[in-house]
Amino acid sequence: MPRPGFVLDVDRSTPPTLFWRGEGFRLEALPVGSRVIYPPEPLDPLRDPDDAIREALLNPEGDVGPLPDLLTPGMRLTIAFDDISLPLPPMEQPDNRQRVVEAVLDLAAAAGVDDVVLIAALALHRRMTERELRHALGNRVYEAFAPHGRLLQHDAENPDELVYLGQTDRGEDVEINRRAAESDLLVYVNINLVAMDGGHKSVATGLASYRSLRHHHNVRTMQRSRSFMDQEHSELHSSNWRMGRLIAASGVKVFQIETTLNTDTFPPAFSFLQHREWEWTVRDRAAFLAMSKSLDRTPERMARSIFQSIKAPHRMASVHAGEVEAVHRLTTQQIHRQQLVEVEGQADVVTFGLPYICPYNVNSIMNPILVMCLGLGYFFNLYRGKPLVRPGGVVIMTHPTPWAFHPVHHPSYIDFFEEVLADTTDPVEIEKTHEERFATDEWYRHLYRTSHAYHGVHPFYMWYWGAHALEHLGGVIIAGGDPRAVRRMGFKPASTLRDALEMAEDVVGRDPTITHFHCPPMMICDVR
Amino acid sequence: MKALVFERSVPRFAAARVASEWRSGSGARVGPLRLTDVEEPALPGTGWQRVRPRLAGICGSDLATVDGRASRYFEPIVSFPFVPGHEVVGDLDNGERVVLEPVLRCAARGIQPPCASCAAGDTNRCRNVAYGHLEPGLQTGYCADTGGGWGLALVAHDSQLHPVPDDLADEAAVMVEPAACAVHGALSAQVPKAGAVVVIGAGTLGLCTIAALAYFRPEIESITAVAKHPEQRRLARQLGASTVVGPDELRRAVRRQTGSGLLAGGQLTGGAAVVFDCVGTAASISDALAVIEPGGTVVLLGLPGAVHLDLTGLWQREIRLEGAYAYGTERISGRPKRTFELAFQLVRDCKLEELVTATYPLDRYREAIDHAANAGRRGAVKVAFDLRKEKRR
Repeated sequence: MPRPGFVLDVDRSTPPTLFWRGEGFRLEALPVGSRVIYPPEPLDPLRDPDDAIREALLNPEGDVGPLPDLLTPGMRLTIAFDDISLPLPPMEQPDNRQRVVEAVLDLAAAAGVDDVVLIAALALHRRMTERELRHALGNRVYEAFAPHGRLLQHDAENPDELVYLGQTDRGEDVEINRRAAESDLLVYVNINLVAMDGGHKSVATGLASYRSLRHHHNVRTMQRSRSFMDQEHSELHSSNWRMGRLIAASGVKVFQIETTLNTDTFPPAFSFLQHREWEWTVRDRAAFLAMSKSLDRTPERMARSIFQSIKAPHRMASVHAGEVEAVHRLTTQQIHRQQLVEVEGQADVVTFGLPYICPYNVNSIMNPILVMCLGLGYFFNLYRGKPLVRPGGVVIMTHPTPWAFHPVHHPSYIDFFEEVLADTTDPVEIEKTHEERFATDEWYRHLYRTSHAYHGVHPFYMWYWGAHALEHLGGVIIAGGDPRAVRRMGFKPASTLRDALEMAEDVVGRDPTITHFHCPPMMICDVR
Repeated sequence: MKALVFERSVPRFAAARVASEWRSGSGARVGPLRLTDVEEPALPGTGWQRVRPRLAGICGSDLATVDGRASRYFEPIVSFPFVPGHEVVGDLDNGERVVLEPVLRCAARGIQPPCASCAAGDTNRCRNVAYGHLEPGLQTGYCADTGGGWGLALVAHDSQLHPVPDDLADEAAVMVEPAACAVHGALSAQVPKAGAVVVIGAGTLGLCTIAALAYFRPEIESITAVAKHPEQRRLARQLGASTVVGPDELRRAVRRQTGSGLLAGGQLTGGAAVVFDCVGTAASISDALAVIEPGGTVVLLGLPGAVHLDLTGLWQREIRLEGAYAYGTERISGRPKRTFELAFQLVRDCKLEELVTATYPLDRYREAIDHAANAGRRGAVKVAFDLRKEKRR
């Protein structure tokens, strides 16, 4: 029976706590009286995921018939699927998407459906490489579709491939992928890693254009999402739900298939990363020592390559199919069952050890903007109720934060970092003064469409992701980061965690309450 | 009189070159420059005056000479031994303060009739800098007969002297010569109204070029400056740059500004209409060629010397590469004006005296040259010798 999440009170006998630092980690002694929040242990996976998928397709949730009943000869069927940003780390094969897509294709073939197109729901993310597509879908699916031009990647900048469906009652433009919208059935295949994923967000965001996305990917929405991991209090979700309902009202028939994963995040060689330190075995200690010593001597590039090659052993924990909202309710329950940890009260100072990966640097470099996004966007918002850190409190993140960018994946990030952040770090000012120029830059558009670059506006969204945290916090300190890069983002650099804790006292006062968020594996804090 | 003298010495020249590889300005310690007592230069004839320098700047070309990095191109147009220093404000024997226009053209050399360039007012293009009654020398400060600003006295022809108004400080006056170089460069290339302009380098010449562009060509909508150091960045903005970037940010900044593409080789598909290179290294000229638009103009203000360059882009994109040396006559609204006249105006109105950040007595010349050679990273711009308190004046 997997154990639930746990809040440890640090005392004199508590061993040092593991902190991630990008492509590495370190043991840090937290002051006595600090708290460490540990995620729940991985839930048992589905015994036979393929059988569970078939079951879900034949017995869908909500007011929709079994998938075979929706498939007819001569129909246009589109299967959209989540892109490279999910799951994290990428999972061992077979990926959930492969299992689900194969099951849907089997049913489509049985029903005599010939006109089938697969679309990677990129939104404004980079196009996936052939290797990444093969990993997500499996060779069989790739070989059957890609050579015939029936495996596509959503292009949010091709006006011929977009269709405008109208405005929501709040004036939000809804423009999505034409093939998806004009199909007789759109099947969406999702992997729900965190509570933000899935639901109407799958189609309304994953298959949308900038014209549509800008209505919820903005500073105001992010500051009004408390948090964007909590659907009930997330303006991001409200907007996506309004759009999703308009998409349905426009006649687009969506059959949603959502899967979740357990939090078995690291392969055996790295398993100590998800064990609680006082329970480390001799083998865990030896693995930690060997790995941290060798990583200290490993060139940055090689270390990145080692970590990016990790394939997570996480397994499918649930699958639900059918009508979007009915499916997503069940998915969210499952996510909460796996990830929710009850925490009593906020802290003056919260520490995050930031790992090497976030949704936007798979097979890439975690640049400083993504460091900010992972810490102040994702980790900060992994709460329900209220943030783990009190208003005016301090977040300390540990990460090397190198002034380094992937030139192919993140070209507009470099410009954003050099030009925009040199001007201001205020998200409101950034949005007002700079966003449109980057969003409409022809060169970024060209690279997004033809290369493997994130859209020109994407670094702005990453910055907005942290807007709620920036508004809430009294200070942000990055320990162990490149001081130039840290200062460019308006944060304070510290050499060590101890220094950072001392610096935090200047903001929150002496003897602050300290909480360490021991993530990954993923969790959500239900802060009372 | 006391003077810094640069002598012809191949071993010392080589030593300076080696030492400067280790640290810029080190040529002053081991090279052919030495502080010594020499005879005051004799007046070459009528129309010549003795000038006692008050302030004498240290220029990039002086540093190249001291560090043994000057091109052999100069060998036939300089004469040894010479006292360097061509950015000079000084006193005449009658007490009048003057700024020196150092180019030793036909008028100074007693050549009549003057060459076609001098006759047209383009004295910087004088064809006779190796001839006439003076030893060869393209400027005062490179000629064995005239002395230079790094000594207690020099001689100058009337045609080289510009009176300094009483209300102009010595620190402002010493900036007139470098400002004149910048004015000439800034006015040398046509810039289309909507075209982007880039100035590479934010030392004295770069900053003065930014000021000259902003002051004399207000129609230019944007000036992107490349500056390495924080103080240079601040001054570049203050003097009129609309955008200031580091050298490694230039290509992306110009791409954004001009809506161009950035190709894998690092060159832009479009680019700036005019680039002023005020550095003159292979790296800066390569950057200039990478960010210039097809058909655009790269103006070399910085002394380039021997550089290794890939000129394929220059050929394929039909780029004009122009030199801008010194000063002569400019045409403002179709009317000719001496560059020095415009430079006085620029120095006064833009308060360029602020760029003079350190002065040294001649005795501390090694420190002065080290400071000048590493000015950017030490937060300085123009370093000058202050001869106002020297004994035996």
